[in-house]
Amino acid sequence: MGKENPMEKIKNPEKLEKLRLSILAEQKPGTLQVTVCGGTGCLSNGSEQVTLAFAEEMKKQGLNGKVTLKKTGCHGFCERGPLVSIHPLDIFYQRVSEKDTAEIVAETLGQGKIVERLLYTDPQTQEKISRHDEIPFYKHQMRIALRNNGRIDPTDIREYIANGGYAGLGKALTSMTSEEIIQTIEKSGLRGRGGGGFLAGRKWQSCRDAHGDVRYVVCNGDEGDPGAFMDRSIMEGDPHGVIEGMIIGGFAIGSNQGFIYVRNEYPLAVKNLTIALTQAREYGFLGKNIFNRRFDFDIRINRGGGAFVCGESSALMASLEGRAGEPRAKYIHTVERGLYEKPTNLNNVETWANVPEIIMRGAEWFASLGTEGSKGTKVFSLVGKVKNTGLVEVPMGITLRDIIYKIGGGILKDREFKAVQTGGPSGGCIPKSLIDMPVDFDELTKAGSMMGSGGMIVMDDTDCMVDVAKYFTKFLEEESCGKCTPCREGVRRMKEILTDITAGRGAEDAIPLLEELAEAITLGSLCALGSTAPNPVLSTLRYFRE
Amino acid sequence: MDRNKVDEIIDRYNAEKSSLIGIFQDIQQEYRYLPREAISRVVERLGIPVTQAYAVATFYKSFSLVPRGEHEIHVCLGTACHLRGGQRLVENFERILNAKAGGTTADRKFTLETVNCLGACALAPLVRVDQKNYGKVTADKIAKIVKEYRPDGEGKSHGEN
Repeated sequence: MGKENPMEKIKNPEKLEKLRLSILAEQKPGTLQVTVCGGTGCLSNGSEQVTLAFAEEMKKQGLNGKVTLKKTGCHGFCERGPLVSIHPLDIFYQRVSEKDTAEIVAETLGQGKIVERLLYTDPQTQEKISRHDEIPFYKHQMRIALRNNGRIDPTDIREYIANGGYAGLGKALTSMTSEEIIQTIEKSGLRGRGGGGFLAGRKWQSCRDAHGDVRYVVCNGDEGDPGAFMDRSIMEGDPHGVIEGMIIGGFAIGSNQGFIYVRNEYPLAVKNLTIALTQAREYGFLGKNIFNRRFDFDIRINRGGGAFVCGESSALMASLEGRAGEPRAKYIHTVERGLYEKPTNLNNVETWANVPEIIMRGAEWFASLGTEGSKGTKVFSLVGKVKNTGLVEVPMGITLRDIIYKIGGGILKDREFKAVQTGGPSGGCIPKSLIDMPVDFDELTKAGSMMGSGGMIVMDDTDCMVDVAKYFTKFLEEESCGKCTPCREGVRRMKEILTDITAGRGAEDAIPLLEELAEAITLGSLCALGSTAPNPVLSTLRYFRE
Repeated sequence: MDRNKVDEIIDRYNAEKSSLIGIFQDIQQEYRYLPREAISRVVERLGIPVTQAYAVATFYKSFSLVPRGEHEIHVCLGTACHLRGGQRLVENFERILNAKAGGTTADRKFTLETVNCLGACALAPLVRVDQKNYGKVTADKIAKIVKEYRPDGEGKSHGEN
């Protein structure tokens, strides 16, 4: 873990590369390795016990020292957890329990044989698949933000470095000017993955141009959208990816201090980020004179307090200052006057995690992926009434059908697909008739929903659309901070009307009244929580009026 | 309330005003609520207005001004959990614990809360007790979960809301 001696700081890319090669050599290529998923999903399914059982079995069967055991972050295929991979044989076992470990150790590790019953079975062909990248759930994915998730031990910076980590930072700080970095990010077309979809490079530029000496960089890890958990998985499974992105951003913008704001509901993310920050300081990636560039930067973690509205940038900044998280008017941009009234650049977790790869591989590479207006990949959390629930990263522009049927394996119990909800409480439901639409920022908005943070909640023919709309209004009624009257009172009134409709007491003018309320709420609210609050209701009216 | 304990928590954050939420989190964890005297001490040490302390203490769901139970049960009502029957789980917990959502059982063993997404949507519907997650919970598993934390009999029949 590099804790044996006070690390000599890494000051140039050559030394970083030397370190990378020495770590790889230490890992002895070819050594058998068992990785157990330690993401929240698999942990809930008992992966901790599986890890312990493996350690014990390996000892018992005399394999200690010959096989390494590693606990990684989330692999994404939560539905099938606990997940276990054996490298370099590239065998993927699913739904592994403690009881299976003795057999895996004896058969697979001891003799190189596959334990058939733990393999994934393709529900269509009934074929057993042993290789991870041949399973349909993974085959159609392309992983950039999730590049290290499930591959490395997130609590060990050396594993991150062995996979090319911090090389992007090295490149940026030793061979690029801050203008070049910002241009690269802008040219790549990277748009904010948190909901707004604003061009990240342009935001960085505005923050850099803003008047003042002190600037801040913030990572929004207050992933509150129900149904979305990619940011959690990245923070837990690859915390250095986020940290590296933020350091590059800090340098480009001219900031010396970063903040990561993490939901209080994500204790493992806080833990892994804290470990990662300590290690990054040890290696000199945080602190003074990073890569000898006369650039100082550090990051601190702040925990949220369980308020959805704190995902809104100005509310988040109020919360960072130790106040109640109430948003403020948007005409003062946070890139000019944000945290403590200083220019502040805020991006979400997934956006930051993309940055090091873009620096390493270039703007053209990233811009070659995706669609005209939405470049790169996007992580979606595919949940609800779909067979293969989990996290998937796909190029922008893939169709809904591919996501739900090819990757998701179709609808649970082979029922009929009815709609998919995207964009959380600010989004809407997309009906079956649009299943062949390409998924990107603009198409989703055109369809009356939005990208949001990438939650995709699949619904079947038993789900009532009015009930879903009512669910979101109830959610927003609870989470409205109460500052703007139209949001506080209007959303409540919408919920009452919807409750009447579902109880069969709907007045004749209920729908025009809903539409009128929706307009008032949208116009009369300061932040996006309020101004998009009517979206679930409006999209339901648009596609499911009957 | 142990004043030294509160001071120790405040010192962890160098009595920084911006760390108010973190300080409250730690006090909440220590006492399972924010005792009035503790809030007063924080106000004094941080030099912030009393109104700010109470604005924060009442704004965020993590904080409580009355003691919570020994174990906190969070039933997730995120969208995926909602679709897969989260609300029914809440009702079942309410019945078994004889306490309403947001309330604490008479023996102060459990506080029942709903939460708007715990971020483990692939395992919907989800229940979290303290730090432990239970995925794909069905109504018949609820009694068993409760039993894990309160072996049979103990203070079962007399609850409050």
